[in-house]
Amino acid sequence: MDFVVVQALTGLAGASSLFLVAAGLTVIFGVTRVVNFAHGSLYMLGAYIGWSILTRLPRDPAWFAAGVLLAALATAALGALLEMGLLRRIYRAPELLQLLATFGVVLMVQDAALYLWGPDELTLPRPPWLRGFVAVAGSRFPLFDLVLIGVGPLVLGLLWLLLARTRFGVLLRAATQDREMVAALGVDQTVLFTVVFALGAGLAGLGGVLSLPDGSANLHIDLDVITDAFVVVVVGGMGSLPGAFLAALLIGELQAFGIVLLPKITLVLVFLVMAVVLVFRPHGLLGRPQAVARGAAEALALVRPAVPALRWLGLAVLALALAAPLFAGPYLLSVLTEMLVAVLFAASLHFMMGPGGMASFGHAAWFGIGAYAAALATHALAAPMPAGLLLAPLAAGAAAGLFGWFIVRLSGVYLAMLTLAFAQIVWAVVFQWDAVTGGDNGILGVWPARWAGDPRVYYLLALALCGGAAMLLRRVLYAPFGYALRATRDSPLRAEAIGLHAGRIRLAAFALAGAAAGLAGGVFAYAKGSVFPTYIAVGHSVDALVAVLLGGVQTIAGPVVGALAYTALFDALLTTSFWRFKLGAFIVLLVLFFPAGIAGAAQRLWERGRPA
Amino acid sequence: MPRNKGTETMTVTRRTLLAAAGTLAAPALVRAQGSAPIRIGEINSYTAVPAFTLPYRNGWQLAVEQVNAAGGVLGRKIEVVSRDDAGKPQDAIRLAGELVNEQKVDLLSGGFLSNVGLALSDYAKQNKKLFIAGEPLTDALVWSDGHRYCYRLRPSTYMQAAMLVDDAAKLPGTRWVTVAPNYEYGQSAVKWFKLLLAKKRPDVTFIGEQWPALGKIDAGATVAALEAAKPDNIFNVTFGGDLTNFVRAGNTRGLFEKRGVVSVLTGEPEYLEPLGEETPTGWIVTGYPVESVINTTNTAFIAAYKARFKEMPKMGSVVGFALITSIVAGIAKTGAVDTEKMADSFAGASFDTPFGRAMWRKQDHQGTLGTYVGKTAVKDGHGVMVDWRYVDGAGALPTDAEVAKLRQG
Repeated sequence: MDFVVVQALTGLAGASSLFLVAAGLTVIFGVTRVVNFAHGSLYMLGAYIGWSILTRLPRDPAWFAAGVLLAALATAALGALLEMGLLRRIYRAPELLQLLATFGVVLMVQDAALYLWGPDELTLPRPPWLRGFVAVAGSRFPLFDLVLIGVGPLVLGLLWLLLARTRFGVLLRAATQDREMVAALGVDQTVLFTVVFALGAGLAGLGGVLSLPDGSANLHIDLDVITDAFVVVVVGGMGSLPGAFLAALLIGELQAFGIVLLPKITLVLVFLVMAVVLVFRPHGLLGRPQAVARGAAEALALVRPAVPALRWLGLAVLALALAAPLFAGPYLLSVLTEMLVAVLFAASLHFMMGPGGMASFGHAAWFGIGAYAAALATHALAAPMPAGLLLAPLAAGAAAGLFGWFIVRLSGVYLAMLTLAFAQIVWAVVFQWDAVTGGDNGILGVWPARWAGDPRVYYLLALALCGGAAMLLRRVLYAPFGYALRATRDSPLRAEAIGLHAGRIRLAAFALAGAAAGLAGGVFAYAKGSVFPTYIAVGHSVDALVAVLLGGVQTIAGPVVGALAYTALFDALLTTSFWRFKLGAFIVLLVLFFPAGIAGAAQRLWERGRPA
Repeated sequence: MPRNKGTETMTVTRRTLLAAAGTLAAPALVRAQGSAPIRIGEINSYTAVPAFTLPYRNGWQLAVEQVNAAGGVLGRKIEVVSRDDAGKPQDAIRLAGELVNEQKVDLLSGGFLSNVGLALSDYAKQNKKLFIAGEPLTDALVWSDGHRYCYRLRPSTYMQAAMLVDDAAKLPGTRWVTVAPNYEYGQSAVKWFKLLLAKKRPDVTFIGEQWPALGKIDAGATVAALEAAKPDNIFNVTFGGDLTNFVRAGNTRGLFEKRGVVSVLTGEPEYLEPLGEETPTGWIVTGYPVESVINTTNTAFIAAYKARFKEMPKMGSVVGFALITSIVAGIAKTGAVDTEKMADSFAGASFDTPFGRAMWRKQDHQGTLGTYVGKTAVKDGHGVMVDWRYVDGAGALPTDAEVAKLRQG
């Protein structure tokens, strides 16, 4: 019993930390609809800035509190700069483009922090009062954890006062419900958004600096906290502060007791919680259906057949691709093979995300399932390579069909987050199930069959499979099914009214996209000769997302262009120093100047002066 | 995530000189190979794990400069072509292709993460190119997935566990708990430790385990769960940021008081320094007590390193340095940079390291570089290792028969 009390209190402290990270994210999303991927980076900056301030201050509680506030304010200022310099300029851009921009910021901050604070973990020396404890039920309970337990509700209370009792709060809530109407009534949204973003960033910074006494400032915390923060926000209901608090409590306590009962559950627990909550409450614990953003529909272009010039360009690229083995060496061919895989991977995501209207943060799950299916076929079943390449899309398509049944009932960011949850669950299973998947060490020796061992032959095989599958996806979009799919995206209600079964159509599209990603994974497995859990990791899903957004969501050629550009850029920069900063800056600039993506910008340029 | 141990220095350079002199005596050979530099391809997780890899890069740069200043090897200079794998095995494989096909390197080396090491090793096997792994700790690299083209420098997970078991067996108390990151490295370390300790102490029982996610330890809850088991002793495998959080929560909650703690890699400067004044005392650890190791090679290494980079070397520096000197020794012994010849005759090549003399084993291509086993203590607000001794890698390995069985997979 005593243990239960102590562990419950420990869970409360964990919940408070989680809430601090998530609160800022949910506030920002609620008002600006920006999915701020850089929230973890702001948290990390808060920790680093806090370290720089607190190590220079006297070590008593009053100075500590002052230092914490100062660090939070500094992070808030950085957040305001980020909003004014970048996000403000792209609010009118297609949905999720802000996500791409903030992803660029994540990359830049990683290298900036490495440059400014160095590679070593920075720890804050703890004065005795920070190491103190109180006796609770016969055990020692850290004093600072008690402080944390208090800070969570305190922040919630202050935010509630701000929202409920001030004019600013009224405007904020109004903007959360209907920001166009608020703008129409003459409220300056520009200032509102900047302040909200600064507030959210400040909360992230507060979370970061308050993590110092229990840990350290290091270069990994940005990505370590961002997924947890997303989970809490989504479980609570996006934009809902009490929801975030409730979700943090739930996850904090489940974590504290879960690891006692099932010590190996650590990898997957939070994502299991998210999956279960979203399946039963599609908008999170306390969330409401997202208000339909007015005017969004005009951004969604019709699918039109390619103009002749584009067809000729496509044919020329294809001819060049076919001729590549004549002039390219083995390394260039391996790069080209990877590009083909990236093209199919991006095209399959685009299929769901553009015409299907279902953005995914977990698309790598299907890629990974395909890769592992091929690898396991080769190893466990001793199947020949063609069988492995056949099994890859089948397994991925089946898995996507199964998970998709839960996923396609949601929409928008909730749908994207449920795909993330499923992807993380798949990742955790692969990562942990050492006996079958080889765990972190992966499966080795998945090399192509002898007849395809020559890089030129394998490249042509990849061209046929990936190019063929991408063309097939494109064909499907021009078929009646493709039109029906877009109907369910543009207006589910009207689509149902004319007799389309929206759920089934979306599920079929989801499974098809999954199968195509699985084929990409299978081709990739044999190209690399091995498979690893990194194929399923969040970072790989983000790669596909970046490729699609970079190319342009609303053009058919977008994913192809985006995948080629992103892969080429990544390869070119990887051998240079501070490549993450350069890649991030490049993405940010592209977003600023070509918000419709590369292909979108090209299309606009082409159409200028021509009758539609 | 393994960490490596460093190695050679001035002595090796002298050896290299001798080797170079030897080759000069065979002018025909020198002419046949020309005087272009020998190119060593190197791949590591520079952006993903900078805390280890930046000191590591300093280490190999220093070694390259020293080797070249002494005339190189086989009468040729050496040159390292380095790449960042961004922590992803799939990128490491592509870069290996670039190094081999475009840069025409003579052999591959590097690696920090175990999966990157295995990916590169598998590439080497498929493409018949030599791969010298520095840091990756996984046992699979030289055992279940071992092959003739792959060598590994650092003491493996098994060896780290084996080196700690003697001292662990002397601890009073029989009730043990384990805490390890939830992935292959943590799982292997715990598996071997349990197995080896049970052989020496049949009376011990393992009564609890915690498996925090790498980089995401919930330290308070983990410590409370371990405490609730009321263990006599604790075996820890967490490292980096997780270790810092674990130690802080454990100190506040009194987890380590009156208990024996055995901890892998904690004595390495990369992990010990962040603990600072909160370094728990009396933990039995493997590590590198940098300045307190007084021998000619280590002292010379530290002096050269400090002069060049204005900071103290870390474990990564030693690994980077040793990687180059062990390669140079292998090339000198082979007398050529032909892959098949090197794959055969690296085995048996010996080299001096700051830690003592080491060699490449024939039976599994594991380096016999050892590590230091000692106890943690606090000195002037910093964590240090005391009462340490060097444990040679050769003594921490199973019998040849067992190795042969493991190597079959």
